[in-house]
Amino acid sequence: MDQVIMFLKQVINGVQVGSIYALVALGYTMVYGIVKLLNFAHGDFIMVGAYISLFAMTGAGMPIWLAAIIAVAGCALLGVLTEKIAYKPLRNSPKLSVLITAIAVSLLLENLFLLLFSSSPKPYPNAINFPSIDVGPIQVSGVTLMTILLSAVSMIALQLFVKKTRMGRAMRAVSEDAQAATLMGVSVNKTISLTFAIGSGLSAIAAVMYCSAYPMVEPYMGSMLGLKAFIAAVLGGIGIIPGAMLGGFVIGLIESLTKAYISSQLADAMVFGILIVVLLVKPAGIFGKNVGEKV
Amino acid sequence: MGKMLEVQNLNVHYGSIHAIKDISLEVNEGEIVSLIGANGAGKTTTLHTITGIKKATSGSIKLYDQDLTAIEPHKIITLGMAHVPEGRHIFAEMTVEENLEMGAFWLKGKTNVSQEIEKVYERFPRLKERYRQPAGTLSGGEQQMLAIGRAIMSKPKIMLMDEPSMGLSPLLVREIFNIIQELNRSGMTILLVEQNAKMALSIAHRAYVLETGEIVMKGKAEDMLQDDNVRKAYLGA
Ligand SMILES: Nc1ncnc2c1ncn2[C@@H]1O[C@H](COP(=O)(O)OP(=O)(O)OP(=O)(O)O)[C@@H](O)[C@H]1O
Ligand SMILES: [Mg+2]
Repeated sequence: MDQVIMFLKQVINGVQVGSIYALVALGYTMVYGIVKLLNFAHGDFIMVGAYISLFAMTGAGMPIWLAAIIAVAGCALLGVLTEKIAYKPLRNSPKLSVLITAIAVSLLLENLFLLLFSSSPKPYPNAINFPSIDVGPIQVSGVTLMTILLSAVSMIALQLFVKKTRMGRAMRAVSEDAQAATLMGVSVNKTISLTFAIGSGLSAIAAVMYCSAYPMVEPYMGSMLGLKAFIAAVLGGIGIIPGAMLGGFVIGLIESLTKAYISSQLADAMVFGILIVVLLVKPAGIFGKNVGEKV
Repeated sequence: MGKMLEVQNLNVHYGSIHAIKDISLEVNEGEIVSLIGANGAGKTTTLHTITGIKKATSGSIKLYDQDLTAIEPHKIITLGMAHVPEGRHIFAEMTVEENLEMGAFWLKGKTNVSQEIEKVYERFPRLKERYRQPAGTLSGGEQQMLAIGRAIMSKPKIMLMDEPSMGLSPLLVREIFNIIQELNRSGMTILLVEQNAKMALSIAHRAYVLETGEIVMKGKAEDMLQDDNVRKAYLGA
């Protein structure tokens, strides 16, 4: 019995981290889907979102929901500007140049925040006072509940947006065939901006959820998180929205179960092992079609 | 018959390749005008330049009195010009119906989309049977119909069509050409690019022959069908 409870606790843990990975993976995948670009700065957007929400709460005394909204807006803007300044001029350049630029943006953000706020971690306020609930013998904390709920809502909203709305359809059209979309009257530039805004906005939600669970903010916090979310996106099939969601949960679960049953040192190795296995066995990912070159 | 589309002294380059060399052409209201020529003659480049996907080096392109060279490519459709591209370029992962809805994208709901879709289905019953299928699963002929249907959804006054007969069986080619003629009879102006010169000339009012980026001949389509040079070069006679 204790074994079962312990296992279920780990699963809940895994779903919690997994939903954060999923939110971040969505950003990678949406951007890749539309501009075929791996935005390696995406992980750092989480870090920026964390600082924004932190200062909104501690500096400006805002409640967490308002701080989260400000962080979403800030990250959305950051995403749009990054695309316009760093990526757009390279739209017809070789992929390698774009990849190197993305890494440069990542380093720039990390070092900028290092310079501004030093490397010492800042504590994140424990502001989610959502009641915990008891599911039988298992207590699920308010933060866990909130994280899972908010990610689920974000993902459903995103899915509805992409499937059912006019702009969502335009997004899918651009990601399939930008030239044909142009002929239909879709502004490719606006659609790309919108995609960056949504993807980066989601990373801010992930930031608030992540920091509520692990209450530390520092300039490099986004790199590992981003990397794992990237693996989640690849696992699910990069460019495919439901793939990112599934990939996120799978990575979260594997990580949490490895920590509990094998060794916590091995958890990261396990996740990277998955990347290698995916690349060897089914490079297009779980939902991907095995066609053409990726990345 | 007023002048609708007018291209004057158009030049287009790909890097150092001079793909279109000082061509001029016009399309009048209600006409089917064919642009024929061999592989690599510059037909697709001409259409791409008209709809702004490719930028001209020099020359003017006017739709009525509006200069198209100064307009962003995604706004062209709002002026009443639709482009059915070479190779169809349907959205393969979207359903047939979503593809048609994309055709009406620019109208922003200012039209009764479902009613317009019904009209397209009346014209192409085979699309109706497959309306929920991903468009990529359609046959080549059905995809061409979808591409044309999608263009119709944008309510254009003029349609540019790039090799609609490409890769289709003779029977389907005939069907597609019938559709083009029907469209024209219902008032649509058409600029038709084709390698199938015989079919194109048989339904067109006027035609231009493009050879390595230059217009080498123009005139009434029926006269061209009789012309010895055209017959030798393009009709295999
Ligand atoms: N993207 C491009 N980059 C470089 N050259 C190009 C490009 N597109 C076309 N060309 C060149 O421009 C010329 C005209 O090509 P275009 O595609 O317009 O011909 P076409 O008449 O449509 O031929 P086809 O009947 O085979 O479709 C060709 O010499 C072609 O090689
Ligand atoms: Mg062509």
